[in-house]
Amino acid sequence: MSERVAVRKTYKLFIGGKFPRSESGRSYLVQDANVSLASRKDARDAVVAARAAVKGWAGATAYNRGQILYRAAEMLEGRREQFVALGVPGDEVDAAVDRWVWYAGWSDKLPQVYGGANPVAGPYFNLSSPEPTGVVAVVAPAAPALLGLVSVIAPAIVTGNTVVVAASPAAPLAAVTLAEVLATSDLPGGVVNILTGRLSETVPTLASHMDVNAIDLTGVADADLAADLEVKAAENLKRVLRPAPVDHDWFADPGITRMTALLETKTVWHPKGV
Amino acid sequence: MFEYAPAPESRSVVDIKPSYGLFIDGKFVDPTDGGSFKSINPASEEVLAEVAEGGAGDVDRAVRAARAAYEKVWGPMPGRDRAKYLFRIARIIQERSRELAVLESLDNGKPIKESRDVDLPLVAAHFFYYAGWADKLEHAGFGPNPRPLGVAAQVIPWNFPLLMLAWKIAPALAAGNTVVLKPAETTPLTALLFAEICQQADLPAGVVNIVTGAGETGRALVEHPGVDKVAFTGSTEVGRAIARAVAGTRKKLTLELGGKAANIVFDDAPIDQAVEGIVNGIFFNQGHVCCAGSRLLIQESVADRVLESLKRRMAQLRVGDPLDKNTDIGAINSAAQLARIRELSEAGSAEGAERWSPPCELPERGFWFAPTIFTGVTQAHRIAREEIFGPVLSVLTFRTPAEAVEKANNTPYGLSAGIWTDKGSRILWMADRLRAGVVWANTFNKFDPTSPFGGYKESGYGREGGRHGLEGYLNV
Repeated sequence: MSERVAVRKTYKLFIGGKFPRSESGRSYLVQDANVSLASRKDARDAVVAARAAVKGWAGATAYNRGQILYRAAEMLEGRREQFVALGVPGDEVDAAVDRWVWYAGWSDKLPQVYGGANPVAGPYFNLSSPEPTGVVAVVAPAAPALLGLVSVIAPAIVTGNTVVVAASPAAPLAAVTLAEVLATSDLPGGVVNILTGRLSETVPTLASHMDVNAIDLTGVADADLAADLEVKAAENLKRVLRPAPVDHDWFADPGITRMTALLETKTVWHPKGV
Repeated sequence: MFEYAPAPESRSVVDIKPSYGLFIDGKFVDPTDGGSFKSINPASEEVLAEVAEGGAGDVDRAVRAARAAYEKVWGPMPGRDRAKYLFRIARIIQERSRELAVLESLDNGKPIKESRDVDLPLVAAHFFYYAGWADKLEHAGFGPNPRPLGVAAQVIPWNFPLLMLAWKIAPALAAGNTVVLKPAETTPLTALLFAEICQQADLPAGVVNIVTGAGETGRALVEHPGVDKVAFTGSTEVGRAIARAVAGTRKKLTLELGGKAANIVFDDAPIDQAVEGIVNGIFFNQGHVCCAGSRLLIQESVADRVLESLKRRMAQLRVGDPLDKNTDIGAINSAAQLARIRELSEAGSAEGAERWSPPCELPERGFWFAPTIFTGVTQAHRIAREEIFGPVLSVLTFRTPAEAVEKANNTPYGLSAGIWTDKGSRILWMADRLRAGVVWANTFNKFDPTSPFGGYKESGYGREGGRHGLEGYLNV
């Protein structure tokens, strides 16, 4: 009897809820796997998918978004061993599961914490509410591969944004495997899109893209590149999250600023009268 | 139109000096390189005063003074004491409000009834509101120990000179920062009077510094490596340049930029109230308002009725002497702004829209523009896309609520929007879908210190006013 030949996994991009190869037909080798090398065109396609998903996702109820994020935690819990096999420490997987749960609970609480009635000096109803800014480009941190990724995706999407994530070139396998988690979590296609490959190819395209509303530079380690991306982002006044400090503790309580940085506050006035 | 006798507010309440220095470290000082410019009354072109032009060296002096005050005095001071200084300033503004209002109208050209009844009460209220936050920051929802940023560089526009100063300085000081503020070059005088008020309040030297000048002065301030925070209100074009200038630095940035707000009138709206709101939306402050309702969207079935009523109302507007208490529309702030309004209006006619203004006699000297509406405007016209920042209204029509939303959001801007309808569910449905930071339903151009103000998209980021307004001045 010969030994069974294993079925290997193909690691592809995650765009619009589907797993396409790069339109460029290129790949690069990571941990013995051929990983898609996303092109600028792939980045633009991902923005189109993310934009198309905004209306449904931002328009979903907060309860529904919370349920779906919680479902992502359930799916991740079930795939714990897959991540461990990729080299992600078990306690990091646990922390990533817990982070999904933590953010899931914020969906229907942040609007109360961050918005509210304003006591204006006149006979007016006046209410401020947070709303998603729209399409967010995210540069994921290189490490921790899984927890870092979850910690930048969850706060962006829980409030109704959609994201195009440039995965760390050094850690694409965890990113694609996380895409498989999301694909089975009832998350509508296009809410999260993940590009693997070189940051130098995809991220400048995202930073200068006029249909992207915000960019999270957390994973950009090179200060000059970060400054250049921020300059590009100024063209349509994207909201910018600057790179995280190198000693950032990803296991600590993340606070709410990652969510609030990607929100707009809308204030509605109406006169009171009979 | 009724004939009214002139009812001018007296200028004697204001004592304008022939020349002003820069306000740095608690004192008025001469600029290092001795440059100056003139501030004129846009209603008469008369020179009001000669004002120092701050250079890079002056900006540096001001930033150093602000840094020293931050480290030695204002930063360590307990919040309750910072609060008391801000309350003092609020009170002095109330006590000297007529003087400030007259000076504002002289330097800016806005009608006295607006500077007196809108700008000044809001300025005092803004200081009063943020004064109360100074010793309550740990309860503001930003965590247990929010800290100030340090030195704030603030650049403000000419349309609401003193109100924009209040929006910038009050939250900055309440949060524990010190500031260097550059007023607009056409309207520096009330900021300089505010500097005197800081002296009168015994505000510690260096906490507030006012450096007058034009674009180059502003650039030097924004790019100064010693500032921790940049706050700007003005055009989207300059806002973009500032966003590029602070890229790669630690400076926290908030921007309040241009707008092209849709004011949407449905067929069930109370027409007379809507017309008042339309007039207020575009002709308030000569239309020099970033959140002005400059695109009127009328539901097709009532378009003729609304326009007829609007024209009748516009014919009642009094254009003229800003100091006359009956004046509705004052002077355009500058020759340059007048040229821009004329250029865009000519483009409106050239692109095929129909222009209408009521019969209206304009003064001979000064900068004036009659209230104007354009009908037959399409979304492709420049007057529907570009911010005119003048008393010019572009009128478009729509059939369904979905079309109204589509047209309203069809702009890179997202500062404000208006909705006029009697149907509550429609207001909320529309408000959810309009991509704008402020939505006025059955009202327009209302402001309050407790109410966050600021834009979506290319209208900028960050909010001014309310609890949200503190965020831009804290390390959160």
